[in-house]
Amino acid sequence: MTADTVLAPRKRPVAARPPRRPLFRRRSAIPGFGLTLGVTLTLLSLIVLIPLSAVALKAAQLSPHEFIAVAFSQRALAAYRLTFGAALVAALINGVFGVLTAWALVRYDFPGKGVVNALVDLPFALPTAVAGIALATLYAPNGWIGAYLTPLGVKAAYNPIGVVIALTFIGLPFVVRTLEPVLRDLSADVEEAAASLGASRLATIARVVLPALAPAWMTGFAMAFARGVGEYGSVIFIAGNMPYKSEIAPLLIIIQLEQYEYQAAAAIALVMLAVSFLMLFVINAVQAWARRYS
Amino acid sequence: MTISIRSVEKQFGRYPALGGVSLEIAEGELLALLGPSGSGKTTLLRVIAGLEFPDSGQVLFDDQDVTFASAAARRVGFVFQQYALFKHMTVARNIAFGLDVRKGKDKPSKVEITRRVDELLKLVELDGLGGRSPSQLSGGQRQRVALSRALAVQPRVLLLDEPFGALDATVRKSLRKELRRVHDATGVTTIFVTHDQEEALELADRVAILNQGRIEQIGAPHEVHDQPVSPFVCGFVGEANRFEGTAAGGRFTSGPVILAAAGAADGAATAFVRPHDLVLDEAGFSARVARVAVQGPLAHVDAVLADGRRLEVTAARDDAGKFSGEVRLAARKVHVFPAG
Repeated sequence: MTADTVLAPRKRPVAARPPRRPLFRRRSAIPGFGLTLGVTLTLLSLIVLIPLSAVALKAAQLSPHEFIAVAFSQRALAAYRLTFGAALVAALINGVFGVLTAWALVRYDFPGKGVVNALVDLPFALPTAVAGIALATLYAPNGWIGAYLTPLGVKAAYNPIGVVIALTFIGLPFVVRTLEPVLRDLSADVEEAAASLGASRLATIARVVLPALAPAWMTGFAMAFARGVGEYGSVIFIAGNMPYKSEIAPLLIIIQLEQYEYQAAAAIALVMLAVSFLMLFVINAVQAWARRYS
Repeated sequence: MTISIRSVEKQFGRYPALGGVSLEIAEGELLALLGPSGSGKTTLLRVIAGLEFPDSGQVLFDDQDVTFASAAARRVGFVFQQYALFKHMTVARNIAFGLDVRKGKDKPSKVEITRRVDELLKLVELDGLGGRSPSQLSGGQRQRVALSRALAVQPRVLLLDEPFGALDATVRKSLRKELRRVHDATGVTTIFVTHDQEEALELADRVAILNQGRIEQIGAPHEVHDQPVSPFVCGFVGEANRFEGTAAGGRFTSGPVILAAAGAADGAATAFVRPHDLVLDEAGFSARVARVAVQGPLAHVDAVLADGRRLEVTAARDDAGKFSGEVRLAARKVHVFPAG
């Protein structure tokens, strides 16, 4: 998009200006523009663009009628609803607890801080299947935690709640790690200024700290959400995977693949791709708006 | 409002930042806290603001003890070196912040707030910039916004922490005048911290000179300059040539340098002579002129003594020609302090 606007010939009044050198020939103080952009575009094409185009091409082998029948079947719609809904809820949960975790890690020194710090990164590194199995074992009706939830009438595994638990686990580090540097850079001055102007602690946090964190929070939220939408490994162990109830869209794609329904799998993938793209686009727009002053 | 600071002590870990500071600040006064870095001047300012609390001692606003009152409760205006503006708010919202966060009947109406913001923008000569974001302003403009934000709450005292420290020399000078003007227009008791003696001497009614957590001297700018009470003040405020030597019978001797020192106690001593107090005198000690630099109406002379030590002389530009080769110098005024 940017490339288009830059490359488009500029219609300016023809004054006595030196002729513009073409974009790729222009000298810059930082060399290597051509090389880095070339490598970037090549890699992005090989890794992202071509595979994703293949999805679209594969899906295009279906007639419009077939496409709608497969991609918008009742079962698929339920799966989309669960996938995007659970990812949204999990990202929101992480949005709240991620702020608190980042706050605790940045603002205070406490014994075991290093361990907590490492724990936050664990969901990044752990094979997601391991996480899924561990969570399922814990939250199952007879698990360590699930056993206490059952008497309360709460079932936390093998249903949508289980999906949310798994996605919350997966998304936490994204929010914490994007907020941490911003919180660290937020100088104490600003909070002291608010206090000296008569703002209560609560007002300072609500009006000064949180708005300053908003753009980073949004980034973290978007990443956690995106990760949640795409998550497969941990969810399938705790979800129960009942069609129409607790079956996520990535699993549906796998099921179609196992039945050699490649076009159908691609059709569902294409819908997910479109929705994800749309949501990230909206989040980015909101973010740009939130950053309008800085 | 008058402020009394009574034997305030403050330690950071094992490092004493303030070691028993007492200070009275009069209503409507403009006071400078001047000192080198680490002298405790900023800590003192923050104790007055309620951003830091003393280990012992008292802070009184009028006769009210505010030693442990929060910053929010003290109604002080604080201006930070790095402006500390709220980046996500417009200039006008920044200035209005202190009024916006008030609750109930203390909170002025929207119209009232807008009127007040416009008034303050005019006061600091930023009319029409209320809708800008702080990132669109220059450093000097940002500091003006910070100043008017602090003034918006009609503070009982205005506190400024190295307010011009982050600005370049030209902007500094004009903002300095501006602060004096704003102070005279509002009449608010004002305390500012600086390590720049020129700033302190030019701007303040009184200057408190801090060193190692203590006040060395407090007085009008000309007092601390002309009648320094300690070698530290003498060396820190204004330029001075420093000589180590001995005083005996009203004479101070340091190598080839012999100075009249009436009233100085006999024994090892340190003498300070301001460059502009050194004059040509046939009866004086001799020195060789190394370099003469003319600057505006003045001539700065670098001279070398027989034993190789350097000293500085400031003379009128018209006399620059008289400084060449070997000259004889005498001091019009000498500050002698017992060594130790």
